[in-house]
Amino acid sequence: MGLQAVFFYLFAFVAVASAFMVISARNPVHSVLFLILVFFNAAGMFLLTGAEFLAMILLVVYIGAVAVLFLFVVMMLDIDFAELRSGFMQNAPMGALVGLILAAELIVVIGGSVITPQAAQSITTPIPSPATRTNTAALGDLLYTNYVYFFQVAGLVLLVAMIGAIVLTLRHRQNIKRQDISRQVARTPATAVEVVKVKPGQGI
Amino acid sequence: MEIGLSHYLTVSAILFTLGVFGIFLNRKNVIIILMSIELILLSVNLNMVAFSHFLNDIVGQVFALFILTVAAAEAAIGLAILVVFYRNRGSIAVEDINMMKG
Repeated sequence: MGLQAVFFYLFAFVAVASAFMVISARNPVHSVLFLILVFFNAAGMFLLTGAEFLAMILLVVYIGAVAVLFLFVVMMLDIDFAELRSGFMQNAPMGALVGLILAAELIVVIGGSVITPQAAQSITTPIPSPATRTNTAALGDLLYTNYVYFFQVAGLVLLVAMIGAIVLTLRHRQNIKRQDISRQVARTPATAVEVVKVKPGQGI
Repeated sequence: MEIGLSHYLTVSAILFTLGVFGIFLNRKNVIIILMSIELILLSVNLNMVAFSHFLNDIVGQVFALFILTVAAAEAAIGLAILVVFYRNRGSIAVEDINMMKG
């Protein structure tokens, strides 16, 4: 068994085990941390298939941004998670049944299928040899030429998501003091200072 | 024993199934449901990358990049909706989500 096989089985086993922990952990913070472990191992499997750029993007974007966002939200909301887990065991048999049927079907289909040799002839953009062109450069060659419109649309999707998230969560609370620059600038000594004549022997 | 395409497809099928199972198992907790959706999208990405490697076609990786983009946008919007919903109702239980206009 080669080194590649050893690492594949390591990554695959840890990914599947921690994916199971994601859905069954008692504490949602643990779920998020196991999700991060799944992403790490998936990045390892991406590396084994030669998709280096995607593996690094998975680490930076997914673990650095999305998983931390999940962690943020889980810790920000003050929720009784024990109450949300009621009915956990009632749903388990049905879910296990559906899951087992789905897994069996998928694995039967995968095990029984072969790729036709003609598929090799219809490939238009083969992966260049890593000795001549790095994976990142090869992806860029394709992304900025043939797929440039898709790239722009992906940027638009992210922009819409960003604006949507800000619009949804931004709120102007009343009753709190905020800086109002135009009011500050418009202040004059006449409006800001009040001169009070105080008679001797009396207070204000 | 050589690691072939079917090994990767099996792992991603198991991850996909665990994601679906997670939606069934945690029917009340929206956060875990969102994480299950992330697992499902990850397994799809693993499929794309494995096919790209074993068919020697780089388009699969380009497509996986776009799936990653959409998944990140979906997670951000989903969590934002969750935060707004929690502010309005003080709960994130799925059975409480029955108002069209809050």
